[in-house]
Amino acid sequence: MGYQLDFGALVQYFGLFLEGTAVTLGLTAVASLLGIALGVAGAAVSLGKCLWCRRIVAAYVELIRNSPFIVQMFFIFFGLPSLGLRLSAMQAAALAMTINLTAYAIEILRAGLEAVPTGQREAARSMGLRPLLVFTLIVLPQAVANVYPALVGQITITMLESAVVSQIAVVDLTHVGDFIQSRNFRSFETYLIITAIYLVLAVLMRRMLALAGRRLFAGRGR
Amino acid sequence: MYASITRRLVLASGLAAALSVSGAAIAQADELDDIVKAGVLKVGIFEDFPPFSSAGTDLKSQGYDIDVINALAKALGVTPELTGITGQNRIPSLIEHKLNLLVSVGVSDERKKVVAFTAPYAPYSIDVMGPKALAVKGPADLAGKSVAVNRGTLEDTSVTEVAPEGTDIQRFNDYNGVISAFLSGQVQLMVVGNDVGAAVLAKHPDIEPESKFQLLNSPSAMAINKGEDRLLAKLDETLAQMKKDGTLDAISKKWLFIPLPPEL
Repeated sequence: MGYQLDFGALVQYFGLFLEGTAVTLGLTAVASLLGIALGVAGAAVSLGKCLWCRRIVAAYVELIRNSPFIVQMFFIFFGLPSLGLRLSAMQAAALAMTINLTAYAIEILRAGLEAVPTGQREAARSMGLRPLLVFTLIVLPQAVANVYPALVGQITITMLESAVVSQIAVVDLTHVGDFIQSRNFRSFETYLIITAIYLVLAVLMRRMLALAGRRLFAGRGR
Repeated sequence: MYASITRRLVLASGLAAALSVSGAAIAQADELDDIVKAGVLKVGIFEDFPPFSSAGTDLKSQGYDIDVINALAKALGVTPELTGITGQNRIPSLIEHKLNLLVSVGVSDERKKVVAFTAPYAPYSIDVMGPKALAVKGPADLAGKSVAVNRGTLEDTSVTEVAPEGTDIQRFNDYNGVISAFLSGQVQLMVVGNDVGAAVLAKHPDIEPESKFQLLNSPSAMAINKGEDRLLAKLDETLAQMKKDGTLDAISKKWLFIPLPPEL
């Protein structure tokens, strides 16, 4: 109708957009690396022999996957200081994202591990490989290859869900959008740009990770 | 047929003229006399503006404004009749004589053109608040400190304007975020209006928060219709008495957890 788009009002905030994008990507990278690593450990434990370890991992997965991310983050940022643990907003955000992604990664990787035929493990053992090497060299790569697309999807979701960290004043991409529109009241243009940046990030991330996956797992997986 | 329409128009305009004359007559009558005669003081209040006025657990309005209204009505020997209003409709409601009095009105030159103001009766300010132990005296001391604000509010823009380089302004989505961040120690200072500040002071936290300095000080006054000099004089006289005998100070301590500022 009568609305005049005015992107000129946003030009002066170019630096802020970049800053927000960098924070969003940085948090996603940290959470993904730590989350996947912990996810591998958790998945291995949940298929291991120690009954209590299995129960603890299962309880962790249930707790995290059945509560809202924003509440987990508020608990860390606003709640833990009462117990004497005070994390900066950025640390709290990275921790919350890692804790969240870990739970989902455990479930995804567990499925991947279960799908590796037992014969693979037995064959490796019979070649004289130690159990740790059997896991890291033979089983894990196949397991990851099995569920790689699901992992990539989960990382993308983590990146998009990270918008929530703006609520504890982390200056991520969403916070930048909120800030700019509170100053120039051009919410339509601002959120249009923010959405476009998220879209481009998500698509690029999926493509690049898929490309990396094809190289890493050439010939493996099904 | 045309004739009858014309006659009706003449009648209607005559009626309108008569009405407007009687309207003027009402406006010229003394409002103080009308209030005393009716035994009712009609006051417009905000329904959700704690701690000045909001619904209590019994759904009755309570707060700073309500206590002041009750004291005023008592002094006039009338019963208060409270009507919920909004920021947009309250001045029109007053001018149309649906109400006798508005409370919690910020004094401005634009408003002075349409209504008359009593003396200020309630503090209203935007404060930089911090723990007692933290030394902050003015904007320059904000450098290197973390400050929570509600994003996009007057508090946000006014502190952003005066904060020196190196101030860590953290912007939250709502007052709950600001208050939680402050009370949990995630930020050292917060910038809020004294209405929100009172909600924090009400919790009596160990850090003993206090106002470090003010970014805006605009005490609230009451507004009545222009030209009602006797009503205005009576209200001002009653408010002056309430300031002198400590009634207003007690109300301020009860709802805002601060003594009545001496400048009021």
